[in-house]
Amino acid sequence: MNISIEREEKDKKLNYVSVEGEIDVFTAPELKKELLPLTEITGGTLTLNLNQTKYMDSTALGVIVAALKSAVKHNCHFTVTGMSPRIQRLFEITGLMDILKKKR
Amino acid sequence: MNEMENVIRLTIPAKPEFVSVARLASSGAASRMGYSFDAIEDIKVAISEACTNAVSHGYKQMGNGQIHITMDCEPNAMTITVTHNGESFDASRVLQKLRPLDPSIDLAEVSEGGLGLFLINALMDQVTISTEYGVAVRMTKFLDRDGVVHGVDKVSTTR
Repeated sequence: MNISIEREEKDKKLNYVSVEGEIDVFTAPELKKELLPLTEITGGTLTLNLNQTKYMDSTALGVIVAALKSAVKHNCHFTVTGMSPRIQRLFEITGLMDILKKKR
Repeated sequence: MNEMENVIRLTIPAKPEFVSVARLASSGAASRMGYSFDAIEDIKVAISEACTNAVSHGYKQMGNGQIHITMDCEPNAMTITVTHNGESFDASRVLQKLRPLDPSIDLAEVSEGGLGLFLINALMDQVTISTEYGVAVRMTKFLDRDGVVHGVDKVSTTR
């Protein structure tokens, strides 16, 4: 299973990334490679849309933590949207939801 | 009844691209046994985390080993054992440190890894880790026949 990462650049500072498929140990590095440079745009806004994400595990959560850290460091506004109840549950169990809320 | 009758065995290369194969197999077996959607998703994450640990830590991403998986489908429970002969670790020390991410600490200090075993522990009903020779993660999910209803409830509940 592969992922399809769609990137939409509204302007240089406004980016949307949508992930379709399963994010696991095989596909997470691909997402990280796509996501991290976009978190380094100072004053930018990056939205990660998980609406089409069918599966994710701790490898995906690790990428999101890395993206959030980098975004905060570069003063970029990073948000995650489109979480299914299932994915939301993973965010809540692991405490990532609280961290995302705190940094928003 | 032959006790071996309902055991599924699977051996995959310890490479990232094969973890989804183990996940798919567990999903098929759990679905066959009548688990709820949520329980199946729990099982898929748990088996993936165990395989990911074997790939990333056991064999240090070198892809030169194998992961042995058994899925024991009992009438009321499914027990999955994920075994590899790669590098082991101090299970008791790691298990003591299992905890969710801490929103009160500085973001820069938040770890990007280490949630795999935490999730296995949170999503499965019984977990034992043996590190005598390589690593064996044994995890059980009980089959609640009314699980469909309970499963729906569980989505919105923070555990």
